[in-house]
Amino acid sequence: MTILSNITLIIPELYLVIMAIGVLVVGIIQGNKATSNLCLTALISYAVAIVLLLHTNWNTAYILNNMLVIDEFSGVIKLIILLGMIVTTALSTQYLHQERIAHYEYPVLMMLAGVGMMFMVSSNNLLALYMSMELQSLSLYILTAFRRNSARSGEAATKYFILGALSSGIMLFGISLIYGFSGSLDFTLIAQAVSKTGPIPPSFTIGMVFIIAALAFKISAAPFHMWTPDVYQGAPTSVTAFFSIVPKIAALALLMRVIYGPFSMAQEQWEQILYFVSLASLLIGAFGGLAQNNIKRLMAYSAISHMGYMLIGLVVGSETGIAAVILYLLIYMVITAGIFAVILCMRKNGMATYSIDALSGLSVTNPMLAYAMAVLMFAISGIPPFAGFFGKFFIFNAAIAQGYYVLALSGVIASVVAAYYYLRIIKVMFFDKPIDPLDNNIGIERRVILLGSLVFVTGFIIIPAHIITFANGAASSLF
Amino acid sequence: MNFPPILSIIIFMPLICAVMVAAIRGEKGDEDVIKRNIKHLSFFSSAFVLAFALFIYFHFDTSSDASFQFVEKYVWFEKAEISYHLGIDGISLHFILLTAFLTPICILASWNAIKERLKEYMIAFLVLESFMIGAFATLDSVLFYVFFEGVLIPMFLIIGIWGGEGKIYASYKLFLYTLFGSILMLLALLGLYTLNGTTDITDWIAHPVASDVQKWLWLAFFASFAVRLPMWPVHTWLPDAHVGAPTAGSIILAGVLLKMGGYGFLRFSLPMLPDASLYFAPFVMTLSVIAIIYASLVALVQEDMKKLIAYSSIAHMGFVTLGLFSFNAYGIEGAVFQMISHGLISAGLFLCIGMLYNRLHTREIKRFGGIINNMPNFAVVFMIFTLGAISLPGTSGFVGEFLSILGAYKISTCMGIFAASGMVLGATYMLILYRRVFLGPQDNIDTRVLEDINIREKLILLPVIALILYLGIYPNVILDKISAPAINIAKLYSEPIAEAELTPYPRINNIGGEEK
Repeated sequence: MTILSNITLIIPELYLVIMAIGVLVVGIIQGNKATSNLCLTALISYAVAIVLLLHTNWNTAYILNNMLVIDEFSGVIKLIILLGMIVTTALSTQYLHQERIAHYEYPVLMMLAGVGMMFMVSSNNLLALYMSMELQSLSLYILTAFRRNSARSGEAATKYFILGALSSGIMLFGISLIYGFSGSLDFTLIAQAVSKTGPIPPSFTIGMVFIIAALAFKISAAPFHMWTPDVYQGAPTSVTAFFSIVPKIAALALLMRVIYGPFSMAQEQWEQILYFVSLASLLIGAFGGLAQNNIKRLMAYSAISHMGYMLIGLVVGSETGIAAVILYLLIYMVITAGIFAVILCMRKNGMATYSIDALSGLSVTNPMLAYAMAVLMFAISGIPPFAGFFGKFFIFNAAIAQGYYVLALSGVIASVVAAYYYLRIIKVMFFDKPIDPLDNNIGIERRVILLGSLVFVTGFIIIPAHIITFANGAASSLF
Repeated sequence: MNFPPILSIIIFMPLICAVMVAAIRGEKGDEDVIKRNIKHLSFFSSAFVLAFALFIYFHFDTSSDASFQFVEKYVWFEKAEISYHLGIDGISLHFILLTAFLTPICILASWNAIKERLKEYMIAFLVLESFMIGAFATLDSVLFYVFFEGVLIPMFLIIGIWGGEGKIYASYKLFLYTLFGSILMLLALLGLYTLNGTTDITDWIAHPVASDVQKWLWLAFFASFAVRLPMWPVHTWLPDAHVGAPTAGSIILAGVLLKMGGYGFLRFSLPMLPDASLYFAPFVMTLSVIAIIYASLVALVQEDMKKLIAYSSIAHMGFVTLGLFSFNAYGIEGAVFQMISHGLISAGLFLCIGMLYNRLHTREIKRFGGIINNMPNFAVVFMIFTLGAISLPGTSGFVGEFLSILGAYKISTCMGIFAASGMVLGATYMLILYRRVFLGPQDNIDTRVLEDINIREKLILLPVIALILYLGIYPNVILDKISAPAINIAKLYSEPIAEAELTPYPRINNIGGEEK
């Protein structure tokens, strides 16, 4: 393939890079007063990137000396990532101004993180994987610390950075072991090297374990989840929303890419690891959330638990499992976006408040918000007829079909336990006496996102076919 | 027969009406007008649903054997073999009727009792009605699950928002108990889906799975239906839920939601997993008998009227499982009849308790006494319900319990005898309740000024009484339609248990008609 045809396949990414640099330059010239416009520019850039992405060829192609792979899987995941970027950027603007942290670097960092994630999904080489992941992570570290004058934000960023650096180190070590074994960094060549040797050597297994552990850190799966509650709580809320929606999609997609690509021969080995990780995430996420009173921490545990469900689909190792994971990702993303739109509205007298009790009697003081939140809570706990149920349905279906009964049963237990804390939010909003109301200052972006989320969550049951075909297509290209 | 998609209409009409109720707006200051409009719209929409249900009832073809009628089937999840498949047989028909009958009664019962958030209340009831009818009318197990679990959402809110003492605890307990049960059932459904490659209930019935797999699936189904019914020892959520719930919530809970458990046994466990059902039958029957006797004894010592009726519900549901797991046509018909009849009788009793509660704001038995003096009409009404609850011949309660016990007796004399002794206990606690509330000296002075039931209350109670008596005197009106599906299920078991007599008991078929 010529270099030109190679480049045409990554036009969306290149476009975003150029726009990020452009936004940075304008930001430097105009200063912080331009932030709103820059956020808007970023928003439009994502939308344009979606259009570009839809016009690129999704047929499987290896480009730039096999550094990257473009296929339907990467296309679908990139689309979800870009949607997530749009949503989180839209949620951010009002918040940044309310918190007086509207610096022009914010949209730039978001865009760079987005580019990093899009390359992650496409990487076909351990080096490309590492580079793109670091681009993403470094942007996220800075975003976590974005509220410079807040001790919590700094603390969270430090924790996240130290643990993140550790995980990067572990990953590099794993990569070097794999390289030493197979003599290549290319996914296809690694897979070939593994299939040539008979039994899998321990050094390869160790390297694989390290890489999987580092990725498990990125998706905040137990037992690598320690940073999640603190970072979720300390980071600026718009960044928390970003955290819980987008980077996980990329990291999980990367994990899928790796275990079904270079490590596909070692399924026996990684299956055990992911089995344990999934089980631990389910239970820690469910039980850990019970005692939380800060809604951001609660969402952190909820995220851990939901990661556990998605990992079930990965462990199962079938095409239906992967399709179920992609569907789950999408549904989870939409529900979480809606929930964070509500969380961002939790302000009293101009100050943000994250105690669950602050929602007391919301059904009286702001019924619309309360009903929206209630629907989202029922949806995220997987109660039909809302979309969250179908996410779980297909995950359990894949697990049962392949005979993973213990995982399915743990999923059941986790979802009943987790239902308790989701119900608690509904209880606080509907059954408790109202206290002083929340500020009624809901920006148009939040309204739109909340409405979109609700429409998706309730409407999914009526026309599920398109989204499921979409997920199936992506899954089939991975095998 | 080509009908319009009438089952879809009857399922979604309450939902559409709920949206309409939600859209009712008005100027500030017109609160009374808004409230009146909300009440009227909700009542008329539920009455409309009842009319549709009756339309289905009169067009239901009794002559054809147990096949499903009014079938609708559309593609829902492409390729996954999950379809939007509706259809009813004689059994589901009556549950739909029961739901459609009780919902307007619930709305009338809440007419003046609900003061705040009236709009949400009515919406919750209409959504609930839609889900309940949906659960009874569907022939696709995923769709069934959606409705079966979906009812938890409105029920949770109804108890939690409009309930009384201990409502939060009750709402949580109801939700988490039933969620745990039903999500285990989800696993069983997925297991059957994997084995059969489709989620169609009719396909599942046609292709039974291997018997060792059946046992696991059966246990998962049992977890769900036993909690919902509820059976001893997973019944503890029910008394709490009843005490916490508002009157109308109790009516729906006892009248329809519990029946979903029994319906689940009839639709899933019995026809799909015959080997496992047979294997576990002694276990279920033992639990049923324990439930009958234990719950009756507990009911004897209750001080709260609602709790007493709640325990009596558990005992009555014991007869249902007893009948179902006797696997003969008598038992199964008896169980279905018992569910319908209990739905009516418990609804009547909860209505009466609600009326007393509205007057004196207490449900404690010892706060009443001798109120027959100033509430004679009410005493008569309550007597009829009491007699129904102790299954006196002539009321619908008798037919159901008699047939269930008869069915059980054919399997095991011992079970039959124990169950029959439960009937005696039932008479004891109900009559004691009646004596303590209505008869004796009127020591509590404030009860002397209680007004007798007014015309609105009479109008609510009258149809319930009429139906209880009508079904008691002429049970064939139901039995005719449920016998075909009941026999179909019993046939599955006729060989293993060497039951020669499959025909239902000799029935007077020629009342006002030619002999069949």
